[in-house]
Order: sequence, then C-alpha cells, then structure tokens
Amino acid sequence: MNVSLKLLLERFPQSEVFEKNPRRLYIKIPRADLTAVAKFLHIEQGMRLSICTGIDTREGFEILYHFSEDKSGVIYTIKVLAPKDEPKVESLGTWFPAALWIEREMHELLGIDFIGHPNLIPLLTSDTDWEPDRYPLRRDYEQRNEAHER
Amino acid sequence: MSDEHKIRRIVPIGPYHPLQEEPEFFKLIVEGEKVVDLEIHIGYNHRGHEFISPELTYEQVPFLVERICGICSNSHPLACVLAIEDCAGIKPPPRANYIRSIIHELERIHSHLLWVGLAGHFIGYNTVWMWAWRYREHILQVFEMITGNRNHYAANKPGGVRWDIKPEQIPEIEAALDLVEKKTMMLTKAVLDDPVIRARLEGVGILTKEQAIAWSVVGPTARASGVDIDVRRDDPHAAYDLVPWNVIVLPEGDVFAKAKVRLLEIFESIKIIRGCLNNLPDGPIDTRIDEVPPGEGIGRTEAPRGEVFHYIRSDGSNRPLRHKIRAPSYMNIASNVVAVKGGSIADAALTLAAVDPCYCCTERMAAFEDGRMKYSSKELLRLSWEKTEKLRERLRPKHQTGQSYR
Repeated sequence: MNVSLKLLLERFPQSEVFEKNPRRLYIKIPRADLTAVAKFLHIEQGMRLSICTGIDTREGFEILYHFSEDKSGVIYTIKVLAPKDEPKVESLGTWFPAALWIEREMHELLGIDFIGHPNLIPLLTSDTDWEPDRYPLRRDYEQRNEAHER
Repeated sequence: MSDEHKIRRIVPIGPYHPLQEEPEFFKLIVEGEKVVDLEIHIGYNHRGHEFISPELTYEQVPFLVERICGICSNSHPLACVLAIEDCAGIKPPPRANYIRSIIHELERIHSHLLWVGLAGHFIGYNTVWMWAWRYREHILQVFEMITGNRNHYAANKPGGVRWDIKPEQIPEIEAALDLVEKKTMMLTKAVLDDPVIRARLEGVGILTKEQAIAWSVVGPTARASGVDIDVRRDDPHAAYDLVPWNVIVLPEGDVFAKAKVRLLEIFESIKIIRGCLNNLPDGPIDTRIDEVPPGEGIGRTEAPRGEVFHYIRSDGSNRPLRHKIRAPSYMNIASNVVAVKGGSIADAALTLAAVDPCYCCTERMAAFEDGRMKYSSKELLRLSWEKTEKLRERLRPKHQTGQSYR
C-alpha cells in the first residue's frame, strides 16, 4: 500500500478509501477533519493542490480536493460533504494561497461558504451585472432545467 | 526623498493584457517606479464550459474543450479523453498512444516558439520575434499535413485518435524537425549568449521555490523555480514512458530561467517525436467505448504551460454529470501577485507575460487615469524597450564608443 495513504489512515482512522486504480485514490473524510487532513497532505507529505471540484448532489454539496503527489504520480482526492441547509466548510486559503482562487470560484458558482477566507468576492463575474445569489452549477438553477426540458 | 514620491498610485493593465491579447485586468500598485502590490481580476473570457459540458455527449465534449484555447488546442481534449477513459476503465491501442504523444509534442514546440517570439518583442528584440515565428510556421504546416488544420486538430477521441500518420508523411515530419532543430539551436545560442538579453532578464520577476510550492504553480513556471514536476514523467500517459527524454529544471526562478526552460524543452520535444516516429507500432488507432459506467475519472496532461486537469463524473448516461476543467494558467497567473512585487514598472509587463498566459482575441487596452500616471500598452512597451536600450549602451564594448584615434 502507498506510504502516504497508510500514514493518513493511521492519523485519520475515520477516512473511507476507494481505490479506483493505483494512481487514483478517493478518500471520504468528515467535514471537521478537512484542515488537518489538508495540512497533513500539503505540509507533511509535500503534495500539490491541483484543484478543487464542487458538485451538487442529492446528499448535499460534495467538495473534492485533488492533491497530486508528484513523486509517485498518485492523485489523492479528498471528499467532504456539506449539507444543503448549511453549505459551509473551513477555508484552506488562510494558510495555503493555491486554494484562494478556487474557493472564490466555488463560492460564486455553487454558493458554498468558506469560513475564514480573507476575500470571498466573485472571481469570474466581478465586473459583470451577474446577480450574486444565482448559482449556475446548482441542480435547481432555472436555466439548466429549461435546457433539459427542451 | 520627498513625501510625494511615496504616494501609492495605481497602474491598470487591462482588461486586455498589453501584449498577450488576453482579457485580464492587472491592477499594479506602485510607489514611484517600484511595484508594491498587484490585484488580478479575471473572468472577461468566461464562457461557461463547465456548464455547457453536461449538456453534451462524450463524443462531443472533446470538441467543446478543444475550443477553450487556440494555442494549446490539443491539451484540453487529451486530458478530457484521458478522464473519460479513466472513468470507463479502457486503454487506447498502442499506435494511438504514440500518435497522441507526437501531436502533443508538436504543439509544445509551436507554443514555446510563439512565447519566445513574444518575449523577444517585449524587450525590443523584434528579430527574435520574426525568427521564432518563421520557424514555427514549419510546425504548423506539419499539423496541416497530418490533421488538415493548422490549429484545432480534432486529434483525440475517447478510445483513440482520429488521424493516422501515414508512412509517406514520416519523412516530411522528420525533415521539418531537422530544420526546426537546427534553427532553434541557432536561436537558443543567440538568445542565451546575448549579454543584453541576459542583463535584461536575469533577476527579473523572481518566483522562489517556496513560493512556487505554496501557490502550486505548474509547468515551465514551476520548473524554472527548481520544482521538479512534469506530468508526462510523473503520471505517464500516451507514449511518454516508452521513449527517452529529460525534464528540464532550473533553480533561478527569474524570467531568464523561464525562457531557458522553454527553449531547452523544444529539443526534448523533438527527441520525443523522433523516438515515437522510430518506434511507431502498427495496429488500429481507436477502440470502441460501449458505455461509460457510473463513477469518476481524472485525466491530466502536461500542456505547454503546465498541468491540465480534467475531472469527469458519470451517472451511467451518455453525458457527464459534472466536468471540472483546470487550465495551467489558473494556477500560474495567481502567482504573479508575488513574482511582480518589488520589481519596476518596466519589468512588470514582462514578468506578467513570463508565465505564458494563453491568449486570444484582439489587442486592446483601456488606460484609466489615477493620480498623474497614465500608461497605455504602447507606453509600457516603450518603457521596456528603453530599459533594454540603456543596458545595450552600458554593455557596449569600450572600443566601439571610445574616442577615435584618427
């Protein structure tokens, strides 16, 4: 088994690992562990944050943090679930500048709040007349439903 | 120094980048000539690809993502089909893998030559610009021969490639490579040995290794700062693990190192293409994908500017449920905040361009006035050229400027 994964499971026993293939690992963690796990992966294991993905699912907002371990070529995808009635997670941008832009983008397109983010203003629509509380990547966004009915 | 000189002024660059023709807005905050802070506004070119992609089928999605960028128009479809193949758990046939590598490396050569030409133009070396773009033309002609297009090659499809390389095309590709290698060698020597270019680029816009890691930058921007990463080697795909080549890493982190990394990478790309052409296996160029099962897949590849990352989630239908796209400039442009600080305005345009943000649209720049300073794109170019001219004067050998003995 991968060394970093073994250390991760020892430190955070609540993590559920799904191995899609040896170079693509998906790890579901409780929302409260996010900062500790991200610090473990970036600071202790030297991984790079490739990007984050936010997905609107039936269970809530899934936030995926894709960490890349460049010495082995493995992508560790950390999955956190934020419930629909309380879409909030801790911000990584406070200590990790690579996460600043993508957290702004997820806040803008999905309406997820990142607690402690220093500057949570829209990234892509800041100079337009886009209304702030319309979230196009949510499943209940009206134009998406129109497109499916066509 | 009087208090007047310490007043902070804002120099806006954009929303159209002065030289790269890309709509972005950089707000430089300056004290006199020195840049003390930078604010970046993006989104002027936001076209909602992540929103459109779930409306299209897996066969159509590569055509959509191909149109994200005109310069690296092979990187996004390649990363996208790798993500679809990762999700479906299929492997393309060997010949398709080799053709993918050949097209991807040809694209890297033309993209790097384009950047070298533009960098030459910024510092007032228009000869470098003309040379680099002239030799780039041979690569574009190879593209036209293989795929029928100089850009937007439509080469990748889920399960393989669309265009085969015919045996009679191989000598023509090799002839073009020989020519480009010879001319790039000349260009590289001319650029790297020129004392004025060295004086102009060395120590400008430094991004340290620690900053590069903290901002998670990718590609030549990271490799010029001593971060040894390259997705082609670290996460092998296509035929990159089957042919010999090297990753170019330099520790300096300045604009000169970034130029050097790109120039030297052209030779590695030529090496990869030659290796692929020599070992090109026979067989089919694509496999059939019957269905993409529910699940998720990640595809990534090394574009000329760094790692392109695509994530696809499938619900078992013929369309993706979610498609996340991350281009390398997303990480690299953000790091300008630290690279540009402490430099002078004459260096700012060059430093901002050194990460090679990808460009589109026509050149245009809005110049606003704040305080008494006002710069247009021409002004910034003029400042940059003047600095080069001063250096040239200072570095000119004494016997040329000295008194005549006649």
